[in-house]
Amino acid sequence: MKIHEYQARDLFAAYGIPVAEGDIAKTSDEALRIARRIGFPIVIKAQVLVGGRGKAGGVKVVGSEAELIAEFNRIKNLNIKGYSVDRLLIVRAIDIKKEYYLAVTIDHIKGDVVIIASGEGGVEIEETAKSHPDKIIKFYMQGEKILDEQQWMPKAAELFADLRLQRESTTLLQALLKLFFEKDCSLAEINPLVIDGQGRLIAADAKVIIDDNALFRHEDLAALRDLQYEDADELEAKDKGLSFVKLEGNVGCIVNGAGLAMGTMDAVNLMGGKPANFLDVGGSSNPQKMINAINIILRNKAIKVILINIFGGITRCDDIAVGILAALKQIKIPVPLVIRLTGTNEQQAKELLSQAGMTTFTSMRQATSKAVETANI
Amino acid sequence: MSILIDQNTKVIVQGITGRDGSFHAKQMLDYGTKVVGGVTPGKGGQDVEGIPVFNSVREAKEKTGCTAAVIYVPARFAKDAILEDIAQGLGLVICITEGIPVLDMVEVKKALNNSSARLIGPNCPGLISPGKAKIGIMPGHIHRAGNIGVVSRSGTLTYEVVFNLTANGMGQSTCVGLGGDPIIGTRFVDVLKMFQEDPATRAIVMVGEIGGGDEQLAADFIKKYVTKPVAAFIAGRTAPAGRRMGHAGAIISSGDSTAETKMQMLRDAGVTVVDFPDELPQALMGRLK
Repeated sequence: MKIHEYQARDLFAAYGIPVAEGDIAKTSDEALRIARRIGFPIVIKAQVLVGGRGKAGGVKVVGSEAELIAEFNRIKNLNIKGYSVDRLLIVRAIDIKKEYYLAVTIDHIKGDVVIIASGEGGVEIEETAKSHPDKIIKFYMQGEKILDEQQWMPKAAELFADLRLQRESTTLLQALLKLFFEKDCSLAEINPLVIDGQGRLIAADAKVIIDDNALFRHEDLAALRDLQYEDADELEAKDKGLSFVKLEGNVGCIVNGAGLAMGTMDAVNLMGGKPANFLDVGGSSNPQKMINAINIILRNKAIKVILINIFGGITRCDDIAVGILAALKQIKIPVPLVIRLTGTNEQQAKELLSQAGMTTFTSMRQATSKAVETANI
Repeated sequence: MSILIDQNTKVIVQGITGRDGSFHAKQMLDYGTKVVGGVTPGKGGQDVEGIPVFNSVREAKEKTGCTAAVIYVPARFAKDAILEDIAQGLGLVICITEGIPVLDMVEVKKALNNSSARLIGPNCPGLISPGKAKIGIMPGHIHRAGNIGVVSRSGTLTYEVVFNLTANGMGQSTCVGLGGDPIIGTRFVDVLKMFQEDPATRAIVMVGEIGGGDEQLAADFIKKYVTKPVAAFIAGRTAPAGRRMGHAGAIISSGDSTAETKMQMLRDAGVTVVDFPDELPQALMGRLK
């Protein structure tokens, strides 16, 4: 789960990582009050959970109250990659002498936490990583949660010539690591980490991503979720134990298992159709899940056919059939259903459905082909 | 022969008194797996389907001589369950549980690195050596004993693939579900190595997905070391692009992880890559002539 810069900044501050003085504003009056408290020049930063806000005009340095109000209103009315700006961060402009990059994340293949640092921060960091990999420091934690200072100090010396900054950056990194582990982050990134006019290190930006699987032990963080970035149908689906992603096409898909669901989408595409969604009903046999799935899918008015592709393992095909029949009774389904059932209790399922006058397929290829053909008429 | 498990593997079920644990303990027993015990702290002394329940892995190991464990406990307890198995010196741990926090798996990974235990999963369907034993949740009846090794990151998609193999008379030596989580105990490369060395495996089927870098590592490994025919299906060619994780993810990952890239790298390594799962049997037959 991504959280906003200002929320990540609050975490930084709580862990003793220096950030520029400032606060969040929803109105220009609030922005003005904050600016008067901290003094100009001020930076206004749109709070959006998508990249490229700088290029979209969402970040601006202002030197006066008149300019602040004008720019605040301009940025507040921006639409950045489809998202409105309802919160703006108002911070003291830092006199930047030099930019660095510092992040803690997880290397999945190694299964280890890794510190990434560079003397060249800013938005071009990925380019630097490709063109000058030698300028990127990668330091693995070897399964430890506490920084081995002996091992780290030579790396700090590569980044900073000055001994005081080597020490200061190490303390800052230790705070970032503490935050990373205690808050179950998958990313804690400072880009850029800067040296200001007084020669002090300060985090000029803050990016934190929390592991969704760990939110059960962080209720405070779970509450930070910004619903603007969540599709209402997708949230409802999740709440009902379904995994759902809306897409652009017209073939509604209900599949059990994420891999088979992706494979089904691929098959629809390869056969000349366009899937309307990804939907994994999961491994449960509860007939209510099928009713919920059909309900959610039918909200998409572009749907021309529903392809149900079930490979029964834990999921029993007869339970799926019962779910389909219950759905037919409860919901008016205005589009044809193409059903493929194979695996556990397949025969019972087919009998149940054929008694209700419905035909089923055994082969995924035939069912997919039929669904695409129906959608493309 | 088969890899990792056979009819003699003695397995315990952690979380055996839970809904999934008890159901699958019975299924495994019915398949012929030597399920010798279960573990649920505080419920020692009970039995499930005639299987004795113990309070701890230590006790279960002492009483049953088990060498493998399968885990069905809820995500928040899974880390401790795996660590307990590793501490007790079990050689094989299969974790079915999904939704384990990534940092819990970092801890597990460290423990694994300091032991000789092998972990399959988490968030996986388990593994089966058809006709001998199954440890996991896959439907046993779609499998047939044979000489095709199957290794996959997926669950139901693997069933789809196995179903097609069996329907075409191609039985399986062992089918291994690696799991869909970012940090897993066993990766494609590990299983490819075992299949390459297993005399009972003649050919290999690989089922991959978008995301991560495992299929690319597998392609490198196949190119260098695998002499047996390999056919592959990669799911997610048309899935919407995944979410980016700041810049750090891009710096760590070695290049892009689209399905197309993976398919091309596998082709370059001599793997027959198919568009539909039901084309795998044909692809293998062509290679086995």
